[in-house]
Parts: sequence; C-alpha cells; structure tokens
Amino acid sequence: MVDGVHTFFKDGLRLDGRRKDELRPIKIKAGVLKRADGSCYLEHGGNKIMAAVYGPREVHPRHLQHPTRAIVRYRYNMASFSVDERKRPGPDRRSVEISKISREAMESVVLKEQFPKTVVDVFIEVLQSDAGTRAAGINAAAVAMADAGIPMKGLVTACAAGKISGEVVLDLCKEEDNYGEADMPIAIVPRTGEITMIQMDGHMTFDEFREGLELALKGCRQIYELQREALIERYKSGVEGEE
Amino acid sequence: MDAGKMPRIVVPGDLLSEEPAKVGEGAYIEDGKVYASVYGVLDKKDRIRVIPLAGKYIPKRGDTVIGSVTEISFSNWILDIASPYEAYLHISEYPRRIEPGEMSKYIRVGDLIVATVLDVDWSMMVELTLRENQFKVLRGGRLLEISHTRVPRLIGRGGSMISMIKRESRCSIFVGQNGRVWLQGKPENMKLAAQAIEMVVREAHTPGLTNRVVEFLRANR
Repeated sequence: MVDGVHTFFKDGLRLDGRRKDELRPIKIKAGVLKRADGSCYLEHGGNKIMAAVYGPREVHPRHLQHPTRAIVRYRYNMASFSVDERKRPGPDRRSVEISKISREAMESVVLKEQFPKTVVDVFIEVLQSDAGTRAAGINAAAVAMADAGIPMKGLVTACAAGKISGEVVLDLCKEEDNYGEADMPIAIVPRTGEITMIQMDGHMTFDEFREGLELALKGCRQIYELQREALIERYKSGVEGEE
Repeated sequence: MDAGKMPRIVVPGDLLSEEPAKVGEGAYIEDGKVYASVYGVLDKKDRIRVIPLAGKYIPKRGDTVIGSVTEISFSNWILDIASPYEAYLHISEYPRRIEPGEMSKYIRVGDLIVATVLDVDWSMMVELTLRENQFKVLRGGRLLEISHTRVPRLIGRGGSMISMIKRESRCSIFVGQNGRVWLQGKPENMKLAAQAIEMVVREAHTPGLTNRVVEFLRANR
C-alpha cells in the first residue's frame, strides 16, 4: 500500500495540481462523424472518447425488437491502444458490465414510445484511457444522442468522486484511481436530479459517501453546461456531419 | 423564421416555460412546466414547439413521400421511404385495376415513385396509396436525399423557396416529406438546383437565406 499522506497531496493540492473539488479539463465537440446519425468527441483529462449513435433504426436481429417501443443498445469498448498494456480486442467482463450499466443510465431518459420496433445503437470507443472512462462515455453518449435527434426527457451527465489518503475528492485521475481507497462514478439527469447510475469500488463511510455524492453532483452540473455548449456551438458553425 | 433574428437553439431538457402552455412537437409538459425533448430550434409563435435539427423521418397520414421499391410480395409492393419503417403499397391502391401477377409490369423493384401515406397504425405499419396523385414512376432525373427536418425550410412559406429555385434553375423539382427530392431538367441545371438545395440545407436556420440563394443561382446560371 502506498503511503497516502505523502503521495497524493502536496501543500493541499493533488498530484496534478488540482484542489479536491476540481474537475480535470474537458473538451466536447458534437457532430464529428459524417456517417453516424449523431456523434461526439470528448476529452476529459487524458481520456479521449469517440461516441457514435445510429437510430432509431430497424432492429437486426428482428427477435430483439419490442412491439411498442424502441430499445437501446450500448457498446462500451476500449481500443487496444487506449492503455499502456495492450488491451486484447473485443468485449471483456468489465466492458460488458460498463455497457450494461451505461445503457441503463441512458435508457430511462429516451422517449422510447415514439419509435416502436426500432433500436437506438450507441457506440462508445475509448481511444485513450485515464480513469473515469465510463463517466466520460456516458457524457459523450448523451451529446451524441441529442445530436442524432433522439427525443429525450433531458441529457444525462456523469462524474466520479473518490477517496484518496482518507480525503473525499472529485474526479480521480489514473494514479488516484489505481492507488486510492474508493472510486464512485455516478450519472444523473440534471433536469430532474434523478440518479441513473451509481457504483462504488472501495470503502467509504456513510458520511464520506454523502460528501462524495455532493461533490459528484457539483461536478455533473459543470459538465452539463459543457455538454449544452457543445451542442449549441455545433449548430452555430455548421460542422461536417451535417447533411 | 423571424427575418434578421438568430434563433434560439435548445437541447433536450431545457426549460421552455414555467407555466403550462399548448405544446407541439419536440416539447413536453411535466409538473406544469414545458421542457424541450429534442435538439432543435425553439418556436413560440403559436404553440411552444422545437423544430428538430436532426432525426429520422416518421411517416404520418397525409404525407407525400418518394419511395423506392425493394420487394414485391403477393399483393403488395414494399418500399423504402428513408425511415426506420418500411411502407406497403397494396395492389388495390394502384390507380387502375391490375392483377397480382402483373404487378412488376407496372412498378418494378428499384423504381422510384411518389405516393401518399394513407395510414400508419399503432404497430407502425405504413400504408401508401397512389390514388391521390398524378401517378408516374420517376425516371430520367436525379434524386437527392436530405434530412427531413429541412423540408419545411426548403419548401418555404407558401412554397416560396422551392418555387424560386425551380424558376431560377429551370428545373422541375418535387420535395417529398421524407427528405427525398426529385429533380428533372438539363444536367447543368439540375447540378445548379442541387447546389442551391444543399445551401438551403446547410444554412436552414440563418436569416436572409432566400436572398442569398437567389443571388447564388443568378450568379451561377
């Protein structure tokens, strides 16, 4: 175990100079892929995510279609080159789990009854990984879905809080995630405050959990503004991908 | 569109009104407040609605569409109408009485036709008819596919934009509600019309568009 006190904080600042409630830098661009119905490129710290959305479209295989509403399919995948040690291509248990919970995070906001028998396909490719990829993926997915014109109650925003050296902080970076004591990603619908995803890896007391949740909610509110901005900017400059 | 005023872009979940009001497409009411449900342009002129900037064409009764035949079943032509849903044209909806065996004599697989949506039922089965238009198979022209969300702008108020493009490019143009556009004319005129249409699609929500399109057409004739 690493000696937390000396390694994670120096003069009250974290390894990358951030305060405990500061997010890493984020860049979001909507409408970057010509072929997809909706798309988003997102950077969050060292994370680089590409999201593509197709739909609503006919479901193949047919037996998966639902007679009175659309279904949502979500594929989270890490590119082989996204991590230091080459990741073998294809879904692994972690990707399958992340895909499932991310789908559940997004599904509840989609107005599925408007498109019976169709599917909304969401593809998240992690091009570079730096802790917090599932949250970044959800943020990109929401923007890509809006970009595709999918009707939704609101956007979904995700962010992670964690614990390092006994301190609850916002938005863990890779080293903090690998050597820290807890990691808690959450996803919310900022419009309603509903939580659509919450996970915890590690140990937190109930008070620490409360603190982490508060921090993550604050982080989500900031990210939500960036998601909105990306969509509004996209229209203003008429980026490629527009037909 | 308001001439000269930049429209307000909204994103799903944006609050559009704190009080209940009549809503149209792209907006919904919850707890007495109105929110946007799609990414689009806010329009408060009559009902509160959001004109989508993207999305798939969902057929509704009365729409006139351009479809391409993908299959002929025993008594239906099955068509692709650029939608997540395919459409059926029953043999009885052909303007004349014909026998099931001779269906491909009149409309073949691969043909493009203009048809009207007769009905869309709860299971999204789309039925078309040819009885409401001057029926013909579209040949000898060019097909453009644009986002159906741009069709109202391409047509313009009372047909003003499309009539102007037809006139200035000297082409006959038919715009389907499903975003398919049929051009007919001399190749260089069709090319000009296509460029003008692409310009409308790109700049649909900017003010002063009609004048710019006229200028473009006149400059490049």
